[in-house]
Amino acid sequence: MDFLAKTAAIAWKDAVTELRAKEMFSAVFIFAFLVAVIFSFAFNPVEHDLTPVFSGIMWMAYLFAGTLGLHRSFVSERANEAIQGLSLIPGDRSAIFFGKFLANLGFMIIFEILLTPIFFALLNVGFRGGALFLAVLAVATVGFTAAGTFLSAMASHSRAAEVLLPILLFPLLIPVVIGAVRATDGLLAGDLGPALFWLKVLVAYDMVFVAVPLVLFEYLLEGS
Amino acid sequence: MVGFMKKWDWLLIPVGVLALYLAFIVAPPELQMKDRQRIMYFHVASAWNAYLAFIVVFVASIKYLRSSSRHWDRVALSSAELGVFFTSITLLSGMVWGRSVWNKWWVWDPRLTTTLILWFIYVGYLLLRYTSEGDERRARLAAGLGIIGFIDVPIVHMSAMWWSAFHPPGNPMDVLMDGRMGMALGASVITFTLLYFFMLGWRVRLEELKERVAVLRERLR
Repeated sequence: MDFLAKTAAIAWKDAVTELRAKEMFSAVFIFAFLVAVIFSFAFNPVEHDLTPVFSGIMWMAYLFAGTLGLHRSFVSERANEAIQGLSLIPGDRSAIFFGKFLANLGFMIIFEILLTPIFFALLNVGFRGGALFLAVLAVATVGFTAAGTFLSAMASHSRAAEVLLPILLFPLLIPVVIGAVRATDGLLAGDLGPALFWLKVLVAYDMVFVAVPLVLFEYLLEGS
Repeated sequence: MVGFMKKWDWLLIPVGVLALYLAFIVAPPELQMKDRQRIMYFHVASAWNAYLAFIVVFVASIKYLRSSSRHWDRVALSSAELGVFFTSITLLSGMVWGRSVWNKWWVWDPRLTTTLILWFIYVGYLLLRYTSEGDERRARLAAGLGIIGFIDVPIVHMSAMWWSAFHPPGNPMDVLMDGRMGMALGASVITFTLLYFFMLGWRVRLEELKERVAVLRERLR
C-alpha cells in the first residue's frame, strides 16, 4: 500500500504541474498533428492513396510528439535539483519511476483519444477493428511510455538531453513500432491475425519494460 | 606500441598469421561465390566479437551497480567502445559482401536488421557517457542503459524475424562449408577473440591512467 500511495502522490504531482502549465500540453498536441500532416506531404497525398501508410504515419506522430512530451518528465526535476528532494522519500524509490510512468501514460492516452479520429479524417481512412484497435493502441502506448520514462531519467543529465532521448529511445522501441504498425495495418484491412499475434509480443515487451526499470531505478538514484 | 604490449599480447602475432594463412591459402574458394566468400572469416568473427563485447557490457554494468567499483565502470565503457567498433566492421563487411555477391548494399533480413539496431543502441550508450556530467551519476545511468539495452536485443531480434516472416528473404549467410573452411573460421574467431581481450585490457588501463591524470590535475590547482 505504501508503494502505491507514493506512486499516486508522484503521479498526481506530475499531472497537476502539467495541467497548470498547459503550454506543454497544447504544444505536444499541435506537434503530433503537424507530424502527421508533414508525413502526408512527404508521401504525396495528391497522387497516392495514403491508406497503406496510415499506420506508419499515425505511429510516427505519436512517437515523435510523445518523445518530446516525455523529455520534460525528468528534465523538470533538474530545476533546483528537485530530483534530490524526491530521492529523499523513504523506502522504495522506484515509486518515482512508476508515478511518472503513470502520469505520462495518462497524457499519452488523452493525446491519442483526441488525435486518432483527427488522423482518420485527415487521411480519409475508414475506422475498422473496434475494441482490438483500441487494445493495440493502449498496449503499444504502455510500452512506449515505460521505456520512454525510464530513458528520460537517463538522458536528463546529459548536455545533449533533447536529442539524446530519441537516440536512446528509438532503437529500443523498434519492437513496439514493428508490432503496432503491423497490428494496425492488419486491423484496418480487416485481418485479425497480425493484431492478435503482435498484441502478445507487445504485452511481453510491456512486462519487460515496466519490470526492469522498477528494479533498476533504485540503483540509478543511489549517490544522487 | 611496444610499451603497450604485455607478454601474452605477442601471442596475437602467430595466431593471427595462422588464421590469415588458413583463410586465404588453405580454405578453398566457395562453390558459387568463389574468393568473395573469404570475407566471411572476418565478418563472422567481428560479429561474434561484437556480441561478446556487449555481453561484457551487460555483466560489467550489473557488477558496477552492485559494487560501485570504478573498475567495472571502466570495463563497461571500454567494452562498449570495442563493441561499437566491431559492430561497425560487421556491418561494413556485410555490406561489401552483399554488394559484391547479390548486388545489394542492404537487405532487411533479421540478422542485419538486429545488428544495425545493436549499433544504434551502443552508439547511444557512448553518447550518453560522453555528454553526461558527474562521474558516479554518469556511471550509474550508463550501467542502467547497458542492462536494459542488452535485454532489448533478443526482443528486437525476434521481432525482426517475425516482421519478415511473410516475406522470407533467402538467407545470404547460407554457405556450404567443408572442413578446411571450418578450420579457417575457427582460427579467425579465436584470433578476433584474443584481439578483443587484449584491446579491452589496453583500453581499461588507458582509462585508469586518464582518471589518475584528472586527479593529479585537480591537486595542482
